[in-house]
Amino acid sequence: MRIFRKLLTGTISAMVLVGFSPMATADSVKIGFVTTLTTPAAVIGNDMVDAVNLAIEHIGGKMGELDVELIVEDDGFKPDVGKQATDKLVKQDDVHFVAGYIWSHVLLASRKSVLDAGKFLISSNAGPSQLAGKLCHENFFSTSWQNDQTPMAMGEVLNQQGVKSLYIMAPNYAAGKNMVAGVERTFKGEILGKDMTGWGKVKQVEFAAELAKAKASGAEGIFIFYPGPPGAAFIKQYQQAGLQGQLPLYSVFTVDSISLPKFQAANLTGVMGSSMTQFWAPDLDNPQNKKFVSGFKEKYGRYPTFYAAQSYDTIFLIKAAVEAADGNLDDMDLMRATMEEAAFPSVRGKFSYGNNHMPIQNFYLREVVEDADGVWTTKVVRTVYENHQDPYAKDCKN
Amino acid sequence: MKNYLPRSTSGIFYTGVVLVFALIPVFVSLSGQIFYLDIFSRIMVLGIAAMSLNLLIGYGGMISLGHAAFLGIGAYCVGIPVYYEIYNGWVHLVLAIVVCGIFALVTGAISLRTKGVYFIMITLAFAQMVYFTFVSLEEYGGDDGLVIELRSEFGTWLDLEDNMVLYYTIFGVLLVSLFVVNRLVQARFGRVILGSKYNERRMQSLGFDTYRYRLVCYVISGILCGIAGLFLGNFTSFISPEMMDWTRSGELIFMVILGGTGVLFGPIIGAGVFILLEVWLPQIITFINKLELGVELPHELWHLILGAILIAVVLFGRGGIHGLLTRRKRG
Amino acid sequence: MDWNPFLIQFINGLQLGILLFLLASGLTLIFGIMDFINLAHGSFYMVGAYFCATLTFLTGSFVLAAMIAVGGVFIVGVVVETTIVNRLYRADHLDQVLVTFGLILIFDTLVQMIWGPEGMVIPLPPVLDGQFEVASLVFPTYRLLIIVSGLLVAAGLYLLVMKTRLGMLIRAGASNRVMVSALGVNINRLFLIVFALGAALAGLSGLLIAPITETSIGMGNAIIILAFVVIIVGGIGSIKGAFYAALIIGLIDTMGRSYLDSLLKLFMSVQNAETAAPALSAMLIYILMAVVLAVRPQGLFPPTGTR
Repeated sequence: MRIFRKLLTGTISAMVLVGFSPMATADSVKIGFVTTLTTPAAVIGNDMVDAVNLAIEHIGGKMGELDVELIVEDDGFKPDVGKQATDKLVKQDDVHFVAGYIWSHVLLASRKSVLDAGKFLISSNAGPSQLAGKLCHENFFSTSWQNDQTPMAMGEVLNQQGVKSLYIMAPNYAAGKNMVAGVERTFKGEILGKDMTGWGKVKQVEFAAELAKAKASGAEGIFIFYPGPPGAAFIKQYQQAGLQGQLPLYSVFTVDSISLPKFQAANLTGVMGSSMTQFWAPDLDNPQNKKFVSGFKEKYGRYPTFYAAQSYDTIFLIKAAVEAADGNLDDMDLMRATMEEAAFPSVRGKFSYGNNHMPIQNFYLREVVEDADGVWTTKVVRTVYENHQDPYAKDCKN
Repeated sequence: MKNYLPRSTSGIFYTGVVLVFALIPVFVSLSGQIFYLDIFSRIMVLGIAAMSLNLLIGYGGMISLGHAAFLGIGAYCVGIPVYYEIYNGWVHLVLAIVVCGIFALVTGAISLRTKGVYFIMITLAFAQMVYFTFVSLEEYGGDDGLVIELRSEFGTWLDLEDNMVLYYTIFGVLLVSLFVVNRLVQARFGRVILGSKYNERRMQSLGFDTYRYRLVCYVISGILCGIAGLFLGNFTSFISPEMMDWTRSGELIFMVILGGTGVLFGPIIGAGVFILLEVWLPQIITFINKLELGVELPHELWHLILGAILIAVVLFGRGGIHGLLTRRKRG
Repeated sequence: MDWNPFLIQFINGLQLGILLFLLASGLTLIFGIMDFINLAHGSFYMVGAYFCATLTFLTGSFVLAAMIAVGGVFIVGVVVETTIVNRLYRADHLDQVLVTFGLILIFDTLVQMIWGPEGMVIPLPPVLDGQFEVASLVFPTYRLLIIVSGLLVAAGLYLLVMKTRLGMLIRAGASNRVMVSALGVNINRLFLIVFALGAALAGLSGLLIAPITETSIGMGNAIIILAFVVIIVGGIGSIKGAFYAALIIGLIDTMGRSYLDSLLKLFMSVQNAETAAPALSAMLIYILMAVVLAVRPQGLFPPTGTR
């Protein structure tokens, strides 16, 4: 054994010597972007990649003196595949920033690979409570929100509207649990029932049993969180069951610019006027958002989603850091300090970062309406929260 | 009957395969492609798992569509103790062997009463039960899976946190597995298993309790796969029920077929080709797209190519890669 | 006690069972007669849904689109059978599993390339999109339509199998394959018809579910395993078995999802019960299959003449 060990250390040190190469000065910023490009959820991933490409186009492909090199990887909607893709970005491509991540479970599985390698990890969507609290990290940033915040705003809206009882449905995974925790945190009425539906390999898209339970519960409203394709299925069945009059729909991250055109094509009027909360909307009035939304509509012929908005912001956050460090990508401290200031132009307007690097930002109530061209979209009704911070920040020892 | 020991010609080839695995870290450090260390670690781990499945399919004629369950159980035998801050690798190892052994014994005893397609389905059923059991275990992450914060500790001299050490540890396990499986199929045990694959009645009339032999084979296979799972968990530092899905079992079968059933080295080669295809096909598509030839190939195209290869191997490539190699040499 | 919720869940279970039956009936025939394991059967389910979605938007009529789509899937079935599947009838099950696994990958990719990753919502005519009321029971009309059309198809299949010459051959093939070919029947054509018919039934099943959920890539892969459970529980090759087993499994799944969490809450924490219940109800189905396989491997209702 001892010989084996000696041999081993010998070979390893030889390898380290051979493998060592002088630090090359970077002439490009490498950004790895992990999102979903296969499975039905690819529709979200494609939207994010479109937004990233638009952002890179808007900055002329440059951050300071450096060229931007984007490497997109597919997570296949699976935590282990996402982790493998992240490992590839970190180890093979040696990127400077790893960004993206739609899904909380994928992000949680991939976190260690990026942070252990001493690189920046930027979530362009997922905001699991763990990463905002105990597992927060100096090199982790979010351009989206912490999962609990949006449903907390919805709980507040429900209180204001005098809703006394609620039925809750969400998929059974990290983000679903956070969403439920969020609305339960602020909603003051009674929760008459709750269903956590399958979200693993086989995503549940048949909700007949649960909808029947919800109706029988006699609740005054139903709160749901169904991102991506299962959301469309839910809305469809909700309308077919004739629930829109009896059980008003309150959703988060379910009705968006991906699902709305489909609802319109199928004339699912049940979704019109339904309310949701969000940190952003296509009609938010600030120059960066106008540039983003009009640029996106011009280039791709559709409204951008919030996923796209967060991805667009991701590039500008990185750009601010790279430019502050004057292209010296080894100066992690300076880049980190710059990002903490959130001084880049964001599509959501001015916001700041908490100690856990989650945005402290406004949340708005939005409603589904028809725009001037007859296209279904969402519009801001009013502000629910101003400069809201997530409840986990106090657990973060940053 | 086939000859299950590599002949001298293929013997050279197989020595070459072992040498490649032994020297990968050197290539990796010379070229700076650290990622390939991960890829080859994965190949070896899944190769060991496929080797255990080959015991069932290739030698015993028992087609299991639930073998990934053992891989998952093995990985959870690291994940769950680590969750409770028990880092001792020997504990993990014993746990994996015992749990997988018992699970294989119980499910095997029931499954082996059936034959053919019923065996395929009942192994699938048991694997699905394990899958849903872990999905329902909220404490250990449910569907989200479990991050393994620290790797198994086998003593100060074997620090698995170092990827290079982990690589050579897996390499060692691979060599031991090759040795054990080879001895097993050479021994009388292997001949009985093989004999009952081709003519069970005859083996029974010769006085062998084929059911018992099969059961022992099933248990050994399950334990070996569980050990592969233990290293899979250590290697990925993450485990989710997803890894036990029936499609993963299907991939293991594909590795066995691709390399050549009933051949000692088949599963390793099959795993290697499968994983390299999985890694390279998307990269090739990205590369072609970068050439800007006027057509934008969709990213998902690589699934189609993989499917086509799968069909081609079955329809035209009898005997897998091993078959191709030996055929060429003999022809 | 108010029995309405229970009745509603019972009808929901029936509806799921009927869909499973449509998918499983083809699978069990293909399995029983040709001894062919077709994992890609779920792909026909998906293709049916996509054909129907596109045709609904083209023709403006869901019913018309559905009828053309079923024919379309029949043709796809013919193509797949003549190009790939008919080479594999003599191969062992392992090869069949692998080739059809490969077919799944190909179908999923082709569908994504043709229709894109986003699913399609199929609009229904207003008549079908409403609710149906009997006494105090309110139920979506479309789900009733599924049950009714499924029962009609089941009846049609029964007549086809029991009363026609083709049906006689199918029955004979399911119980004794060698005998049928020895009788000088054109076995290739019989196989082709059965395969394409099975594909069309799967397509019908897929297009019926699509207006409820939506079309999506890989939608068949989730349900195909359930369909296999159905045919194993019912007895391979038995249409009758597939029918009963599909209803049993549809009911177990729905009832499990509806009532298991309340049951579990009696002896575990609320949160654990909420997570465990859906997984456990899914597990119940596999436990049922394992028990059937261990105790009565030929299934609950094997085709007559086997054994």
